Amino acid sequence: MFRAALTIAKKDIYSELRTKQVLGTMIIFAGLVILVLSFAFDPANNTTKAVIPGAVWIIIVFSGILGLNRSLVSEQRNDTMHGLLVAPMEASSIYLGKFMANFSMILIVEIVAVPFLFLLFDFKVNGSILYFILVLFVGSFGFIAIGTFLAALASNSKSSEMLLPLLLFPMTSPVLIGVTQATKIILTNMEKLPSAIAWLQLVAAYDVIFFVLCFLLIEYVLEV
Amino acid sequence: MIEIKKLTKQADNKLILRGVDLSIKQGETVAILGPNGAGKSTLLKVLATLIKPTSGHVKINGLNLKKDHIKVKKLFGYLPHSSLLYDHYTPLENLLFFGELYGVKDVENRARQLVKEVGLSFFINEPVKNFSRGMIQRIAIARAIIHEPKIMLLDEPHTGLDQGAITILNNVVLSMKEKGCTTLMVTHDFKQAAEICDRIIIVKNGKIADDFSINNKSLGLVSEKYEALVEGVL
Repeated sequence: MFRAALTIAKKDIYSELRTKQVLGTMIIFAGLVILVLSFAFDPANNTTKAVIPGAVWIIIVFSGILGLNRSLVSEQRNDTMHGLLVAPMEASSIYLGKFMANFSMILIVEIVAVPFLFLLFDFKVNGSILYFILVLFVGSFGFIAIGTFLAALASNSKSSEMLLPLLLFPMTSPVLIGVTQATKIILTNMEKLPSAIAWLQLVAAYDVIFFVLCFLLIEYVLEV
Repeated sequence: MIEIKKLTKQADNKLILRGVDLSIKQGETVAILGPNGAGKSTLLKVLATLIKPTSGHVKINGLNLKKDHIKVKKLFGYLPHSSLLYDHYTPLENLLFFGELYGVKDVENRARQLVKEVGLSFFINEPVKNFSRGMIQRIAIARAIIHEPKIMLLDEPHTGLDQGAITILNNVVLSMKEKGCTTLMVTHDFKQAAEICDRIIIVKNGKIADDFSINNKSLGLVSEKYEALVEGVL
């Protein structure tokens, strides 16, 4: 199962390196959001710093949606999804492969966009960078796990680009609330670290439950 | 080789397959004919595990289609009307990807050999998006047989092909037959069906209306039986 998933993830990433369609769009979008935010909020103003944790997750969520939608819709051209479904593997391998590719891409966007955001807003991290990376990892994991499943569900619809955000935002709101709260604490007020860890635990539990659910249910979603 | 018993498929409120019973022996080349909406492609998609049947049993090579679906999938090569190929990939990259999914040993040599066999060695490093329909279908044929399947499931494979691609496809089916491969082909092309198949099944309203063997590539017999059953011409 893992070998097949890895082959699919490798294929998606290689496709992306070849076409530069999705990742490029995601990074450009993230850059534009940061630029607009820097004009809207004065970076010199101290109250602006309070916006940063939210801005981090706005960038991740909106640029993530661009990639999620594309990753499954692209398999409809020439019915390549049928090619994957008739191959000797479980449908969950397709989900796992797509998840790994999407997760890698969102991590790349984060690596580029978050330092750019901090730089433009002259934001100095008062808390722990390691905890911040952990929050980014846990939050992105849950967002992409649920997003990949819902993208597969929405890809059968003609208006998948509209349907995906409508399904995704309500489903991922516990993850987004949790990670935004944890990010705020970790970046600005390390004294409340136990509270951030509690948020992180909640999100991690949500991630595990939904990842397992998506893994088990994907077979029914992908059926022709 | 393939045993189908009381197979039904319902989609919404419409019964697409109404209790299909069918037995196909190893090495047979079977054409499935019928009017549009008769359930031919649905039958093929059920066998290809793309669609789950509503009821009934399917056994392939003694394996249960539902329980042993991964082992069953290794047995067949599926070639529908769509190419199932990635446009921006070259023929070699497409074959390597599908070969890896099927766990083909020495996949690169096998892929290169197949590209050569379908006459596209010169275009091995060109993206598939630049190819004509005939060239794409040649690579699609190579993709379907990369793992040397024991059963070929072909869904209207001759549609839109030039004469060269038709000849290559027919040669592939006949050479696979010599190796003992079973072929099921859904088609509207009676000429090709008579040319390469030794058994004809006519499907009408989700049921098998006729099932007969043909000898000597008898196109006349196929047309006669089809017209009598489907179009009511006596």
